[in-house]
Amino acid sequence: MSTAATRRPADATRAPARKPTPLAQALNRAMRDAMAEDPAVHVLGEDVGTLGGVFRVTDGLAEEFGDERCTDTPLAEAGILGAAVGMAMYGLRPVVEMQFDAFAYPAFEQLVSHVARMRNRTRGALPMPITIRVPYGGGIGGVEHHSDSSEAYYIATPGLHVLTPATVADAYGLLREAIASDDPVVFLEPKRLYWSKDDWDPRAPAAVEPIGRAAVRRTGTSATLLTYGPSVPVCLEAAEAATAEGWDLEVVDLRSLVPFDDETVTASVRRTGRAVVVHESGGFGGPGGEIAARVTERCFHHLEAPVLRVAGFDIPYPPPMLERHHLPGVDRILDAVDRLQWESRWTEGDGR
Amino acid sequence: MTVTAQTGAYRPAPPPKWRPLTDAAPLLPDERPHRVLGTGAELDPALMSELYTQLVKGRRYNQQATALTKQGRLAVYPSSTGQEACEVAAALVLEERDWLFPSYRDTLAAVARGLDPAQALTLLRGDWHSGYNPLECRIAPLSTPLATQLPHAVGLAHAARLRGDDVVALALVGDGGTSEGDFHEALNFAAVWQAPVVFLVQNNGFAISVPLAKQTAAPTLAHKAVGYGMPGRLVDGNDAAAVHEVLADAVARARRGGGPTLVEAVTYRMEAHTNADDATRYRVDAEVEAWRAHDPVALLESELTRRGLLDEDGIAAAREAAERMAADLRDGMNAEADLDPMSLFDHVYAEQTTQLREQAEQLRAELAAADEHDEHDAPDPHAQHGQEDGR
Repeated sequence: MSTAATRRPADATRAPARKPTPLAQALNRAMRDAMAEDPAVHVLGEDVGTLGGVFRVTDGLAEEFGDERCTDTPLAEAGILGAAVGMAMYGLRPVVEMQFDAFAYPAFEQLVSHVARMRNRTRGALPMPITIRVPYGGGIGGVEHHSDSSEAYYIATPGLHVLTPATVADAYGLLREAIASDDPVVFLEPKRLYWSKDDWDPRAPAAVEPIGRAAVRRTGTSATLLTYGPSVPVCLEAAEAATAEGWDLEVVDLRSLVPFDDETVTASVRRTGRAVVVHESGGFGGPGGEIAARVTERCFHHLEAPVLRVAGFDIPYPPPMLERHHLPGVDRILDAVDRLQWESRWTEGDGR
Repeated sequence: MTVTAQTGAYRPAPPPKWRPLTDAAPLLPDERPHRVLGTGAELDPALMSELYTQLVKGRRYNQQATALTKQGRLAVYPSSTGQEACEVAAALVLEERDWLFPSYRDTLAAVARGLDPAQALTLLRGDWHSGYNPLECRIAPLSTPLATQLPHAVGLAHAARLRGDDVVALALVGDGGTSEGDFHEALNFAAVWQAPVVFLVQNNGFAISVPLAKQTAAPTLAHKAVGYGMPGRLVDGNDAAAVHEVLADAVARARRGGGPTLVEAVTYRMEAHTNADDATRYRVDAEVEAWRAHDPVALLESELTRRGLLDEDGIAAAREAAERMAADLRDGMNAEADLDPMSLFDHVYAEQTTQLREQAEQLRAELAAADEHDEHDAPDPHAQHGQEDGR
């Protein structure tokens, strides 16, 4: 991730020094601002109160708003989410923290059978304005059950929105939009990026694209890397490295897996003619399959090569001592780019 | 933040001074199921009259709904025949501002609360939505996944209390549902939060085919309350006056800030699990007959008659009201359902996604093509189906 040092504008030295903001702090600020603006916003989860969350993302909220607004619950995820459903039925706007990706599974029935379909089965009478924050993904040396990429389960469930920020500005902006949304949002926080920093003004948060829009993080002409969450910085790094090979890669940060921004993705791939989907989640049955299919359906006559996927292996998330072999890194991405049929006869002459 | 700034329930305690968080004795359930009928206890004539009328209507409702499944008018009906005292009492103890959280077997409770019988059966008829607006009647949509509605009741009651509202939630669950994790989590949350919620377990003896002995090793289901730090109450679930009394006590306790109560009503499921089930595979007729002698409608009727609180006219009036309700239900169910396939896309999200808009267009085109096909190919197969269903 770029640091403030590389991005600071030239005249920044004259302004009072602002420390770069970690992504986790922007999330914290988003909840704090939402709670201050709307008394219906309640935070609940395990250790979110006095401790401020195991990642300190809810730090200070209980102190500022009281433990009835930021509540340490019993240790039971179905109970937390199920209670949030009842709170939402009564007009509150719960923000639920699932402590880790793999600890969110006990809440799965509440999520699939109630949260995702309550609006539908009551014809709009009972919307579920619930934000379910899930720290996800690996790369932090977590032991077993602390590093899953569980997004495929969520995107397969109609009625949910599934968002994942990769930048500090999005961490704030997308979380505010999630909390304000009248639909349930599974908000996947790449825990590997909690400590990544950027220059960001908490008093005047930068506006971000709305839910459902992807963002082009790096423009390029050779091929498009379609990615999200923890893999965005990896793809940006790969794109920089690729210049040495003469490839100018475009990087699209999907931001919102549901709703999916076909428009931005299609426009990018039609422009570059090649695409690689990159995510930590396993490849088989992972989001990359859906994304590759959508790209192929919409860009077939613009494609110079099959859409490739770079993913985690189809294995249980490995122990921290071996996780570096599992996670898609720059080399695996560049290998895939190398396989995009650059020698293809279709690219000869005037190309497409 | 320092530890001194901590809020909440944390209390530093050195090891030698161990003590239980709660005294267990007051939480223990009654030794026998509480009864009112046949005990000589005083009865409120107005309440008894209301209970009786509702029981008679409830029994008729169960019969009519079961008949409608045989006529193909209802996709499935889990009958509460034999459990009418629980269903009716649960509805009558609530104030208008309170909330009821029914399971799939509790449409009668919703009807007894005033919901239109045909509307209450929308999901069981095979439609995609609950049929009624839960905010208008304060009845949560029927929950089919077992016990999952219990944490909803806790969350709603908790939210109401946080807002300073004088609202109680009453959640219904069966004996099988008490084995689910959500039952445990809901009771635990309710007790920790002291939420104004009442849990009524209708122990009707069976979870589809599995008897209670395979469901629990607890002395009674009401004993489970003690483990959560809330009172457990045991009541004869076929004694409408007793169920009403116990539930009314629990609701009043919740309303005055006393926290949740678990009530186990001992009753019996007189019919099979649903019309699709065959109860002879797992229970003997003699058992069913023994329970028939303890029928909730007959129990109340004979007691009220004996005490001079009910006469022939009263019985006839209740039966007449029941027949009117049954006729309305038949009419409601014989009317063609208002089915618009395009409505399937209307409420998935607050705002339709691009993808759903595209899929809705696809279905619209398929429907238009089917219409065109029908116009060219008489006779219309759909119209024939309609005639068969209309018998």
